[in-house]
Amino acid sequence: MATVSPLAKYKLVFLGDQSVGKTSIITRFMYDKFDTTYQATIGIDFLSKTMYLEDRTVRLQLWDTAGQERFRSLIPSYIRDSSVAVIVYDVANRQSFLNTNKWVEEVRTERGSDVIIVLVGNKTDLVDKRQVSIEEGDAKSREFGIMFIETSAKAGFNIKPLFRKIAAALPGMETLSSTKQEDMVDVNLKPTVNSSQTEQQGGGCSC
Amino acid sequence: MDEEYDVIVLGTGLKECILSGLLSVDGLKVLHMDRNDYYGGASTSLNLTQLWKRFRGDDTPAENLGSSREYNVDMIPKFMMANGALVRVLIHTNVTKYLNFKAVDGSFVYNKGKIYKVPATDVEALKSPLMGLFEKRRARKFFIYVQDYETNDPKSHEGLDLNQVTARQLISKYGLEDDTVDFIGHALALHRDDNYLDEPAKDFVDRVKIYAESLARFQGGSPYIYPLYGLGELPQAFARLSAVYGGTYMLNKPECKVEFDENGKAIGVTSEGETAKCKKIVCDPSYLSDKVQKVGKVARAICIMSHPIPDTKDSHSAQVILPQKQLGRKSDMYLFCCSYAHNVAAKGKYIAFVTTEAETDNPEVELKPGIDLLGPVDEIFYDTYDRFEPCNDHEADGCFISTSYDATTHFETTVKDVVELYSKITGKVLDLSVDLSAASAATEE
Repeated sequence: MATVSPLAKYKLVFLGDQSVGKTSIITRFMYDKFDTTYQATIGIDFLSKTMYLEDRTVRLQLWDTAGQERFRSLIPSYIRDSSVAVIVYDVANRQSFLNTNKWVEEVRTERGSDVIIVLVGNKTDLVDKRQVSIEEGDAKSREFGIMFIETSAKAGFNIKPLFRKIAAALPGMETLSSTKQEDMVDVNLKPTVNSSQTEQQGGGCSC
Repeated sequence: MDEEYDVIVLGTGLKECILSGLLSVDGLKVLHMDRNDYYGGASTSLNLTQLWKRFRGDDTPAENLGSSREYNVDMIPKFMMANGALVRVLIHTNVTKYLNFKAVDGSFVYNKGKIYKVPATDVEALKSPLMGLFEKRRARKFFIYVQDYETNDPKSHEGLDLNQVTARQLISKYGLEDDTVDFIGHALALHRDDNYLDEPAKDFVDRVKIYAESLARFQGGSPYIYPLYGLGELPQAFARLSAVYGGTYMLNKPECKVEFDENGKAIGVTSEGETAKCKKIVCDPSYLSDKVQKVGKVARAICIMSHPIPDTKDSHSAQVILPQKQLGRKSDMYLFCCSYAHNVAAKGKYIAFVTTEAETDNPEVELKPGIDLLGPVDEIFYDTYDRFEPCNDHEADGCFISTSYDATTHFETTVKDVVELYSKITGKVLDLSVDLSAASAATEE
């Protein structure tokens, strides 16, 4: 019988200016729905999804900013230990495209070359309001040496391909650089009562 | 800004971030601001560049130390007791999902010029040279009493009312020697001075119980755990909790000025020409310095080393307690060490701290007994900071000010302050009676 390797887990973080559609991309991918009422992100923490590829299965952990990017107050630990940074801009908002330089820089500062970066131009459904061409997005991604794709969370365009593209680019288990799990302690773990302690209690239960 | 909030929190220290998280979960509209461009306030962890900027006045750390971002140097070094109050808060709020912890390798105590491991098991206790054989028997009886003691079970009290009997009286009932008393009082109950001896024994017994329960929790070499990437992770984790529940975060807001109405009641905060209105202010002492009073001073040294603390059996993380009586001081001194194994330093590097309640104005001389135990040091930074307590009437002015962090080695006093502040702010009692034995392993995320 073939050995079943442990499920690889990858932390994906979403970055980009406020209201470019980061949360909508996540909810479209997770639940295949779109909320037309915009409200600055409240309530989404991180969500997990298993993807079944041709040659393996991967577990994606999708982290949303919880709105902390609004006043440039993201916690540094948000980016830490991430495998993928998805940097989103709004094709109908040129400033959000120009600001992606800062987000790429932030990721590189925190993660060096240990992270896959994907540039995502969202809201392609706003055809008449487009301010950033696909050629410009592609050129910037080449300049930074990162992946690129355009999407529309509202229309459901290219969302699944985005995540398939990411999953295909993920390194296998053997190259994961995460900390050895055996050294960690689980704070929620039930305590172990050692034998000498039980002995001292005269076999009594302290509960 | 220019909006209205229930509460505005100033300063992103650990206490303020816990409160921000709790209040947001309660459904209050919270704005959280900090004058710095980083999280943590006084309790932050700094990278190498930030460390140099703060203590050396320039931003060019020594090149041989490795990259700046590999360092997370705690400004308020403490370990978490595995069964302590902060762990209960983490579990209560489910903030553990943002953090990773490691057990601390060892806890040690300084006695007559040498360092000894604080026994973590019965076997270690029997072998330990800290006590003679007959003393060990007497100490064992004492520990059994402490272990069996339950507040609600009169039978376990053995005729003693610990709310009346002093710690000194309890100890003398078991005939313990001075050295043993010193050891139990300072290395297990973690008292910083000897005032506890003349106070009711209840607190003393409770502290020894927490120590024993924390030891048992993870079967590590000590009762402590410590987060990867340093203590600066803790305020960040609680800040994220607040944000997930709708809290708004603004770092890098200079001069957060609290505005008051004609009756002296806080009504908002102004920064960069904009004012946010609110009903209540929560802050650390530095934001309302005219409403706090100085109650003490902490002296500390921060050291970068290329080796563990000598005589700690190559511990990557360790605490050494130097009881005040051993040093001829009024307060204990603490050594605290963590390393690259916790992602707080570059490969092969260790960060050590020497901390005590200051009794002089010269930290270099005062901290010398602790620093001498460290061995060779690559870099050292000395610092003192004043401790403040609020002296305002929060019912009159709507300001809830936290107390500064003390020199204790753990977070029990920190959480106590948070719980009290929470009650004052909301009028509700925070129930932290998380049943640790019933908690199950986190489900797959």
